[in-house]
Amino acid sequence: MLEALATLLVVQAIGEVLSYLLRLPVPGPVLGMALLLGLLLLRPATTDRLRPTSLELLKHLSLLFVPAGVGVMLHVARIGKEWLPIVVSLLVSTALAIAVTALVVRWTARRFALDDTEA
Amino acid sequence: MTPRLDSIWVYLATTPLLGLTATLLAYIVAFRIYQRSGMNPLANPVAIAVILLVTLLALTGTPYQTYFDGAQFVHFLLGPATVALAVPLYDQRARLARLWLPLTLGLGAGVVTAIGSALGIAWALGASRETLLSLAPKSVTTPIAMGIAEKIGGLPSLTAVFVILTGMTGAIIARPLLNALRIDSHAARGFAVGVAAHGIGTARAFQVSEQMGAFAGLAMGLTALVTAFIAPWMAPSLVSLLSP
Repeated sequence: MLEALATLLVVQAIGEVLSYLLRLPVPGPVLGMALLLGLLLLRPATTDRLRPTSLELLKHLSLLFVPAGVGVMLHVARIGKEWLPIVVSLLVSTALAIAVTALVVRWTARRFALDDTEA
Repeated sequence: MTPRLDSIWVYLATTPLLGLTATLLAYIVAFRIYQRSGMNPLANPVAIAVILLVTLLALTGTPYQTYFDGAQFVHFLLGPATVALAVPLYDQRARLARLWLPLTLGLGAGVVTAIGSALGIAWALGASRETLLSLAPKSVTTPIAMGIAEKIGGLPSLTAVFVILTGMTGAIIARPLLNALRIDSHAARGFAVGVAAHGIGTARAFQVSEQMGAFAGLAMGLTALVTAFIAPWMAPSLVSLLSP
């Protein structure tokens, strides 16, 4: 578990350094995810050592958003004043984004006769 | 008795212990409620935990900064957790290789829809310029959304709130919406939720199936990547076009 955690942190650090040095608009952890995927494809044996810790961390992913969410208390005044555009915009645009993405994926998968349901 | 309790609270509030403990306890309570409800998306654990904590902080008059000094340790784990998404993704590599074209097209359509519709609707209903610019990156995971907001002239901390609200909205509406559209494939469902509702949507997807979670996580990473390039030119030009 310690080894796995250390691996994740090292890969994240490499991602952060690359993002900073190359002035990429992409954050370090996202680059780290891409790097780690590359590493796993090159060395599949690593996956089994990382799997338990990684899946455990991801099981509680929603917990990790709580501290930022509590920040809502800093913006009560603005949200109270502009609640209508904010609420409608968040609700409708999130629904539209989900629907458009899913429909485009399904339509192209069928168009090119790719099976998106089975393994 | 009351003044004593007060001083204990003030003492504890100066250490990271309080923010950290309160976050974990609030989440445990929220997750129990979520489980009791039979994993009903309406009982979203992030939403419940946030409500509990905001109530606690308001009642005790504790500033957000004091709370965050402790809670930042939880917040920090978002980084390694994002990296860890590579593992379920690796497990889905065969599907991923086969579906790259539909996923790429869905991603582009979803990202442009998210930014464009959020700005258009909020503008039509009279949102201020700052609010508009803070809304633009709302479908992207917190740290990068805040970075984009800063770059285009929004308020990063307001963006963080919009990001969380978007994530909760997506986690709540995804199932009925995707059922109504008759999208059956877990890959497509997960991917759509990840594009629109980043990590909170991904967390919800993992609770349904590992395959759905993997595709949601992939979508979350790719959306961050694409939005980081698109939003800085799309959002300001759209906002100046709408409200010159």
